[in-house]
Amino acid sequence: MRLRRTMMFVPGNNPGMMADAFIYGPDSIMLDLEDSVTMAEKDAARLLVYNALKTIDYGDTEMVVRINPLNTPYGKKDVEAVVKAGVDVIRMPKTETAEEVREVEREIEKVEKEIGCLGRTKIMAAIESTLGIVNAYEIAVASKRMMGIALGAEDYCANLKTQRTPEGTELLLARQTIVVAARAAGIDALDTVYSNLNDMETFRKEVELIKALGFDGKSIINPRQIEIINEVFAPKQKDIDKALTILAAIKEAEKKGSGVIAVNGKMVDKPVVIRAQRTIDLAIASGVLNKEEIDNE
Amino acid sequence: MVNKEAFAGTLESGDILIQISPSEEKGLHIELQSTVAYQFGRQIKQVITETLEGLDVHDARVMATDKGALDCTIRARVTAAAVRATGKDVWKD
Repeated sequence: MRLRRTMMFVPGNNPGMMADAFIYGPDSIMLDLEDSVTMAEKDAARLLVYNALKTIDYGDTEMVVRINPLNTPYGKKDVEAVVKAGVDVIRMPKTETAEEVREVEREIEKVEKEIGCLGRTKIMAAIESTLGIVNAYEIAVASKRMMGIALGAEDYCANLKTQRTPEGTELLLARQTIVVAARAAGIDALDTVYSNLNDMETFRKEVELIKALGFDGKSIINPRQIEIINEVFAPKQKDIDKALTILAAIKEAEKKGSGVIAVNGKMVDKPVVIRAQRTIDLAIASGVLNKEEIDNE
Repeated sequence: MVNKEAFAGTLESGDILIQISPSEEKGLHIELQSTVAYQFGRQIKQVITETLEGLDVHDARVMATDKGALDCTIRARVTAAAVRATGKDVWKD
C-alpha cells in the first residue's frame, strides 16, 4: 500500500530545497516547474529537475513533477525531460477536460517509446476550476495512467467568485466531488494546500475535515505540516484493536465455515471487513503497527 | 559555439552561478570561486569541463561562483548556461 498523505511542493529552480526535501519524510515530493518558476527560468529549472531526478537517491519517496500546461511553450519539453529522467508521476496543473489528460498521455507515450519504457509514467491531474469539477469523473478515468486527482483551491475559488474561509464551506462541493470521482475511478484523492504557516490550529482542523471526507492526503508547502497530517491520518490504537479483533473473528469464521459473524454483538459484513483491513494497512504503513507481530498472531 | 555571454544559476545556498562567455583562446578557461574550493575545487572544475565537452563546447571562458552545489546541480546550471550561450537546445541523456 502506497501512502499519499503528504505531497510536498518544492520549487523546481531551488537546488538546495530539492536536495534536502526527502529528509523530512514526505510520502511524495512534487518538484514544480509551473507557478513557482518565472518564465525566464523555465529552461534552467527543467534542467535542474532532470538532473536531480537522474542523480539524487530519494529512496521510497514518490517523485512527482508538476509540468507547465501543454498549450504553453514549455509543457512538451517538460514532459520529455521528466519522462527521460524517470519521474514516477506527472502532475498536470489546471486540468479541465479528459482530452487534456489524453494529450499529456500521448506526449508521455511518445517519449517512453523513444527510450523503451512504455507505460512507466503515471499521471495525476490538479483540478482548479468549476469546469474541472464538473468534469472530475471523466478526468479521473481519462487514462489508465491516472493515479490521482487533486484540488487546487485558490484558482477554483477565484473562478467560483468567492474566497477561502477557515471552515472551508466554499470548498465542500469541490472536495466531495473529487473524492467521489476518485473513488469511483479507483484512484487517489488529494486535497489542496493550506498556506498560512502561522495558524497550525486551523490547519489541523482542515486535515481532520479532509480525512473525514475520505481524502488520501494533502498537498503541502512546508515540512512543518508533515507531522500534523501523519498524526491525524494514523489510525488510533482503539481502531487498530477493533480492526484486529474483526479480522481475527473473520479468520476463525472461515476456518469453521460459518458465513455471518458478530463481534461484540454487532454483525460483521463485507464493508466492515474492508474497513478493518484498510485500518491495519494504514497502521502498518504509518509505522504504528508492526507487520511481523500480526503475522505471528 | 559560444557566441554570446550567458548566465545560469543563483548565489543561494546549494546553488552555483555559471557565467559563460566567448573566448579568443582555444580551450576551456574556468575560474572558480567557492567556499569549498580547497576540498572540491578540482572536482567542480572537472564536472564543468565534462558537461561542456559533452555539449560539444570546447572553447569558452567560464566564471563559476559555487555555494555548495551538488554535482547534478553543477551539471544542470552549466548546461543551462551553455544552451543560452550557444542557442542550441540540447538534451543529453
